[in-house]
Amino acid sequence: MSIIFFLIGCSILLALGFLCAFFWAQRQGQHDDLYTPSVRILLDDDEPKEK
Amino acid sequence: MIAADISLDTTCYHCGEEFDDTPLVFDDKNFCCAGCGGVYRILSQNGLCNYYSYNQHPGANRAKLDGRFEYLDEPKIISDLVDYTDGSITIATFYIPHIHCSSCIWLLEQLNRLNPAIYYSRIDFLKKQINIRFDTSKISLREVVELLYDIGYEPLISLQDVIKQQVKGGKDNLVKKIAVAGFCFGNVMLLSFPEYLGLSEYEKDFARLFGILNILFSIPVTFYSGWEYFTSAYNNLKNRILNIDFPLALGIAVLFLRTVIEIVTNAGPGFADTLCGLVFFLLVGKFVQRKTYYHISFERDYRSFFPVAVQVLDGEREKPVPLAEISTGNRILIRHNEIIPADAILLKGNALVDFSFVTGEAAPVEKVLGEVIYAGGRQTGGALELEVIKPVSQSYLTQLWNNEAFTRQKQNRMQTFNEKVSKHFSVVLLVIAFGSLLFWLPIDWQRGLSAFTAVLIVACPCALALSTPFTMSAALGVFDRNRFYLKNTAVVEQLARIDTLVLDKTGTITTGDIDVAGVPVLSKMQQRMVYTACINSSHPMSRRICKHLGGSGKLPFDSYEEIPGKGISAKVNAHRLLIGSAAFTGVATTGESGASVHIVIDGAYVGAFRFQNAYRDGLNEVTALKDKKYQLFLLSGDNDKERDALKQFFSANTMHFNQSPQQKLDFIRIQQLTGKKVMMMGDGLNDAGALKQSDLGVAVTDNVNNFSPGSDAILDGRSLSKLPAFLSFSKDTVKVIYMSFFISLTYNLIGLSFAFTGKLSPLIAAILMPLSTATIISFTSIATHVAARRRKLS
Repeated sequence: MSIIFFLIGCSILLALGFLCAFFWAQRQGQHDDLYTPSVRILLDDDEPKEK
Repeated sequence: MIAADISLDTTCYHCGEEFDDTPLVFDDKNFCCAGCGGVYRILSQNGLCNYYSYNQHPGANRAKLDGRFEYLDEPKIISDLVDYTDGSITIATFYIPHIHCSSCIWLLEQLNRLNPAIYYSRIDFLKKQINIRFDTSKISLREVVELLYDIGYEPLISLQDVIKQQVKGGKDNLVKKIAVAGFCFGNVMLLSFPEYLGLSEYEKDFARLFGILNILFSIPVTFYSGWEYFTSAYNNLKNRILNIDFPLALGIAVLFLRTVIEIVTNAGPGFADTLCGLVFFLLVGKFVQRKTYYHISFERDYRSFFPVAVQVLDGEREKPVPLAEISTGNRILIRHNEIIPADAILLKGNALVDFSFVTGEAAPVEKVLGEVIYAGGRQTGGALELEVIKPVSQSYLTQLWNNEAFTRQKQNRMQTFNEKVSKHFSVVLLVIAFGSLLFWLPIDWQRGLSAFTAVLIVACPCALALSTPFTMSAALGVFDRNRFYLKNTAVVEQLARIDTLVLDKTGTITTGDIDVAGVPVLSKMQQRMVYTACINSSHPMSRRICKHLGGSGKLPFDSYEEIPGKGISAKVNAHRLLIGSAAFTGVATTGESGASVHIVIDGAYVGAFRFQNAYRDGLNEVTALKDKKYQLFLLSGDNDKERDALKQFFSANTMHFNQSPQQKLDFIRIQQLTGKKVMMMGDGLNDAGALKQSDLGVAVTDNVNNFSPGSDAILDGRSLSKLPAFLSFSKDTVKVIYMSFFISLTYNLIGLSFAFTGKLSPLIAAILMPLSTATIISFTSIATHVAARRRKLS
C-alpha cells in the first residue's frame, strides 16, 4: 500500500502544475477579454484582392 | 421581398438612418449624407466591403460630426494619451463608443490594410477599446485618430480618460486568491475523506501524512487567500466597528489553530477542509458581488464633458492648448458644436449657445458682443471669438464641484442590512462562545476549550456573508437586462429604501426630440415651398418641420440664406419666404407656451408651427408612483412655460422651476433633513450636485455611452416606464436577503446544538458548512428570479 505515498505526491505535483498554468495564463492577460475572441473566430480571413 | 426592397431604398446603406430627402448614390447604394458615403468609398477602395456583409448598416451616422484633432499634435497631450512610445513604435488605447457589432471588430482589426504603418490593432469588445501599435516615424497619433474618424469610428478623447489612465493599475488578486483556495480545498477534501470513512489501525501512517499535508494546504489558504479578512476585521475594530469580517476572521483563525493543534498533538483530524471550503466560498461570494460595466463610467464629472484642448488665438495664429493651461486673458476660438470651456466674454461672432446640459434650459440662448458666456454651453451657430475671464477650474459651472457634497466620502450612507445584523450577530456569538467556555470550565477545562472553539467554528456566518452577494448580483443581472445599470450591489438596498423621488425636467422626463403641437393651415403649394426652404437647414426645428411635411417634394429655389438663431430667408418659385422666430419674421407674439416657428410668405403671415418638448414614454407610470406612498418632485432649471403641460403629471406645489444647480442640491438636502430617503433623477451637469447629495443618484440617458454626470446608477431612457417595477423588485430582493438570513441562522442553531456540548466532530462541520452554503446560493438565486418574473422584469 505504500504506493499510495508515491501516488499522492504525483497527484499533488500534477495539480500544482495546473495551478501554475492558471497563474501563467492570468498573468499573460488571457482572461482579460473573454468575449471578443468568441466573435473574432466567426470572421473570415480574406486576402486583400490584388488590384 | 418587395417590402425589403422598399425599406432598403429609404435607409442609408452605411448607418441605416432613414432619410427624408434625396439620397446620395454611389455604386447603386443610397447614403443619407456625404459623411456616410465617404466612409463607404474609403472602404470600397481598400477592398473592405466585407464590413457591410457581416451586419446590416453597421456604420455610425456621420451627418452631424466635425472632427478637429489639431490638439493631437501637441507633444504634451500626446504623452498623456499614449501608453508607450520609444520613438519608433507607439502603443495607444482609445475608447470608441460606436463599437457595437462584429463588423466593427472586423474592420478595426484591419487597420493595417488602410495604412501599413499601423502594425497591430486589437479590439476589446466589452470595454469598447482599441489597442493600436503604430510606427511613429510614418504616421502620427493625430493621423491615426483621423483615420479612425474617417472610417466612422471617432474615439472619445476626454480629459478624464487622460487622468484615468494614470490612476489605472493596482489590481487586487482576487482571482488568484480564489484559485489558491479552490486548489487547496479540492486537495484537502480528498485527503480528509479517508478519515471520515474510518481508517483501520495499520492505516494510521496515512492519517499522519494526510494531517501534515492538510496543514500545509491550510497555510496558503489562511495566510494568502483569507488574509484580507484579518486585516479588514482589525481595521474595523480599530474604528470601533463590528462588521461581518470579525466573526469570519475569528472563525478562520480558530479553524486554523485548532486544526494545527489537533494534528500536531495527534488528537484528531482537524478541520482543514471546513477551513478551505469556508475561505473558498467566501471569496467566490466576493467575486460574484463584483460586477463591472467596462463601458459605463459612474464617476464622470465636468472634465469628461469638456474637450481636451481649445484653439487659442495667438496674434493671427491658432494654437491648440490643453484645457488646464488656459488662463485669464486668453483669446479662444469656438466653432459650431464646440463647448465653451471657461467663463468668457464674447468678442466676435453670433453666439447662440445651447445650455440645456448645464442649466436645463431647453432653448438655445442668444448672446450679444461683450456679454459673459458661462462655461459648459455649446455653440450652435458660426465660429466665436472669446476672451477667457476665469480659468476652467474656477468657472461658474465647475465651482459646483467645490461643494462639500463632492468631497465627502459617500459610501455606506445607508447602513446595509448585513452591517446592521452582523453587529448584533458578533455580540451574540461572543456571548454564546464565552458562555459555553464558562459552563464547562469548572467541570472539564479541555471540554470547555473545545466547546468554545466549536461554537466559533459552526457559528461562523459563512451563509450570512454569502446571502447578500448572491442575491444582489442576481438582482443586478435582472436590472442590467432591463437597461438599468447600478454602480454596485449596495445600490439595490438603497433603492429599496427610497421614499422620495426628485426628477429633473429637460433630458430626464423629456426626450431630446420636439413634438409638433400646432400646425399652420398651408396649401399644397405652400407646404412644398416651406419644405424646400427647411430641407437645406440643419436646425432641429427645420428638420422637424421637414419630417412633418415629409414627401412634399422639393421645388427649385432662387436664393437661400440661413441666419443662425433667427431663421431662414429664401426665395422659392419666385415667392419670398421668411421662416423663423417672431422677431425675425416681424410677427407680434401672442405669448403662447412652447417654441414657435413663424412663416411669412410674400409679406403675408400664414401661421406658425408650434413645438413642445416630447415627454418620455413611461412618465405616466413614474408619476403614478405618487399614489403609492412615494413623494414626487420636479426640479427644473428651465423656465415655467411648461407648467400647464406638466400639471397632468405633477401636483402644482411639487413643481419647482428656474432652479440653479446649487438650489437643486439644497432642495435635496432639505428633504433629507426631514428624514426622507431621496432618489434624484437627472441627466445634465446642472444635476450633478443634486445627484451627489441625494441618497441615490440616477442619471437618465438615451445612450449609456454618452456623457452622463457622476451617479450611483444609470438608467436608459427607454426603461423609464419600468421604474415602479424596479422599486418593487428592489424591495423583493431585500426580503429575499431577510429570508436567507433566517435560513442561515437555522443552520447556525443546528451547529450550535452540537458545538455547545463540546462534541463537534469534523465530519458534521464538513457537512454543515457546504450544505448551508449550497442552500443559500440556490435559494437566493431562485427567489430573486421568481421575484423578477413577478415584476415582469425577467
